[in-house]
Amino acid sequence: MKENKTNVKDLIMKLGPLVALFLLCIVLTIATDKFLNYNNFMNIFKQASINCFIASGMLVVLITAGIDLSVGSTCVLAACTMGVMVQRGITNPVLLIVAALAAGAVVGWLNGFLLTKLKLPHPFVSTMGTKNVILGLALFITDATPIGFQNKGVDAVLFLGAKTVGGFPISFIAVIIVFILFHFFLNKTQLGRQIYCVGGNAEASRLSGINSDRVLSFVYTLSGVMSAIAGIILVGRVSSANANAGLTFDTDAIAACIIGGASFNGGKGTIWGTLIGALLIAVIRNGLNLLGAQSDIQYVVIGLVIIAAVFIDVTRETMEAKARRMAAK
Amino acid sequence: MSEYIVELKNATKRFPGVVALRNMSISIKPGEVHGLIGENGAGKSTLIKVLTGVHQADEGEIWVDGKQMDFKNPIDAQEAGIACVYQELNIVKLLSVTDNVFMGRLIKKPGGVLDYSKMKKLASETMKSLGQEVDVNKESGKFGMGVQQMIEIARAVQVNAKMIIMDEPTSSLGEKEVEQLMETVRKLKKQNVAILFISHKLEELFELCDRVTVMRDGEHIITEEISNMDNDKLINAMVGRTLDNLFPKQVCPKGEVALSVKNLESAGVLHNVSFDAYRGQILGFAGLVGAGRTETFRAVFGADPKDGGTVQIDGKAVVIKKPGDAINSKIGFLTEDRKGQGLVLGQSVKNNLIMSSMKHFMSGIFFDDKKVAESCSSRIDELRIKTPDMETPVGQLSGGNQQKVVIGKWVNTDAEIYIFDEPTRGIDVGAKIEVYNVMNQLVKAGKCVIMISSELPEILGMSDTVIVMREGRIMGEIGRDTEYFNQESIMKAAWGGKLA
Repeated sequence: MKENKTNVKDLIMKLGPLVALFLLCIVLTIATDKFLNYNNFMNIFKQASINCFIASGMLVVLITAGIDLSVGSTCVLAACTMGVMVQRGITNPVLLIVAALAAGAVVGWLNGFLLTKLKLPHPFVSTMGTKNVILGLALFITDATPIGFQNKGVDAVLFLGAKTVGGFPISFIAVIIVFILFHFFLNKTQLGRQIYCVGGNAEASRLSGINSDRVLSFVYTLSGVMSAIAGIILVGRVSSANANAGLTFDTDAIAACIIGGASFNGGKGTIWGTLIGALLIAVIRNGLNLLGAQSDIQYVVIGLVIIAAVFIDVTRETMEAKARRMAAK
Repeated sequence: MSEYIVELKNATKRFPGVVALRNMSISIKPGEVHGLIGENGAGKSTLIKVLTGVHQADEGEIWVDGKQMDFKNPIDAQEAGIACVYQELNIVKLLSVTDNVFMGRLIKKPGGVLDYSKMKKLASETMKSLGQEVDVNKESGKFGMGVQQMIEIARAVQVNAKMIIMDEPTSSLGEKEVEQLMETVRKLKKQNVAILFISHKLEELFELCDRVTVMRDGEHIITEEISNMDNDKLINAMVGRTLDNLFPKQVCPKGEVALSVKNLESAGVLHNVSFDAYRGQILGFAGLVGAGRTETFRAVFGADPKDGGTVQIDGKAVVIKKPGDAINSKIGFLTEDRKGQGLVLGQSVKNNLIMSSMKHFMSGIFFDDKKVAESCSSRIDELRIKTPDMETPVGQLSGGNQQKVVIGKWVNTDAEIYIFDEPTRGIDVGAKIEVYNVMNQLVKAGKCVIMISSELPEILGMSDTVIVMREGRIMGEIGRDTEYFNQESIMKAAWGGKLA
């Protein structure tokens, strides 16, 4: 009986974001007749996909009790790297994609290096540093002007962000494939479980023979690579590389993870929760757009949602601690 | 008017899985130095926390100066006149002595500006009355432990505390500082302040106290004038039961040397530490806290770097630079801080059990879920881990069961050498016996067990051989069948005496 009760509670906690997403959709359906139709939903998926990629990397970092504030900058750096290459006449799609991924991997590896080798206290500060360095770099290589990709013969790169299958964006199909891979990676592989262990208790993990430094280096590199993939999709979607495009990417990704059940204290979070979190944010932005709200209101709403999500995270922690005490009695 | 200044009546305090206080009563007279002793885990700390409002008793009453009190938090207790000098000092080291003495009760001039000249004068006077003429403007951290402790006592004096609780105040002090502290205690006594003096050192109690209370398993055992007591009487009251029932020791045949450590060095911490540990045996490590026992095995295990020395496993030299190397050499290390260093509390029993041995459970790049589940359920059965299922977060288990999960984690690595560091700390008597039984199981299976413990009865109850350490050196080795296998000899060696 007691077990059933905790299971129900657990289920509500887990399904909370999904229920919120569903309710929000109902509200928007009533509020505007432009919301509930196939094209708009495809639009939402398209909008969500960039955040989904960035958030998947952010999730893995958050599970280790870290944070990566450089994701938005890394995303635009990857886009701008491709832009500059196209400008110089390099149009080989493989070369462009490899260059973008490499840029992301280097930034991520650097974040990991700062944390594990230079022992900077918290990645909040070090990744805030790289965020600015990387953004500056992206502005520098592009002379702070957007670079267009149209009619440059690079459609093979753009298709990921631009093309659809029967209206369904390829970028979101990619999201689903990558998220399934993440699910298996986090739950079924050694490194995946080690990520949760390091996040839950780094010292206990070290003394259990887990190479915590290697795990941390890996997650930041992964976060960089995922941001770079987001950059590739960004280029496809807007057909240009703009160093100023990543303004809201960091917070959107963090918000998606936290809404989806990850915690700043590390040790938990799932990829499916993150998917729902990212969709929730995309629906909010889409709904506000349809209702004619300007960017000022969007900032306010997203800000409030983030605060609410953190509040829910804290409440969840205290509730779980209480449940633990009750169970132990 | 009661003859007592502070009374705790029939207090009971339960924690998950443990009853920390059981119908405990204690009464302290004004101007009395009242000793409180008991074994580790007897409930002294909980008693202090109830008296200072940190914890609230589930049942029972607190009376101060003839009035019944209801301490909801430490501030209530302070206002009622109960102050406490904790073992770990509550000093802000970067602030001045004055700031620390008046922390939380700064004196203000009208208008809200701090009246530093008055506070400095008072702080200086108070410190002087405690026998410490110091510059109260200096940072507290620049003084030694003795003075820092006096700053805490000065804080208590400043609030006109009716009773000051001192929790093992001499444990971190040098000889001279101890003498000064005792002088201070006598001065406070003359000012009619009651002192509840918790100590592990019996001679201090005989020197200072008027009366003494002995606790065991959260219960009040005896309160008596110190003049009516002697060493034996106090120890009997503390230990209470015969060791045989508590320690289900099974002697096994001595096997080969499993772990041989030679000339282990770590600058300033370990000096020339050499010993052999055999299969089929429990090797106990005794010594005072800080004697270098944990440090020895952290170095052996690769958790801390070492400056020199060699390690042989089953006669073969091994190089251990990180915990992973030690695990490959089949060493398991149950750290003293189970929650901080042994387990990931938010993760399931299953994940904790396989944490050190994931590579044994892989099939390709993915986990072999069936193998994991089978292995975990056999660990749960063998070690009799009480858990609803293997997916339950380990933080929800009781202390004893958590400890068994840590043991299971090392069994899963196929460890041959088990280092238990304070294996029964913070778990109740029943669970302790189960942990001892697991140790028996291990040595019976021909494994080598090393047990670091600060509880002498446990060392004597379970070890085949005891090594005593002091200040990073090995003082001596005592076999179970020798005449020195007793508390007195071990304590003597731990304090620097020769075995003879």
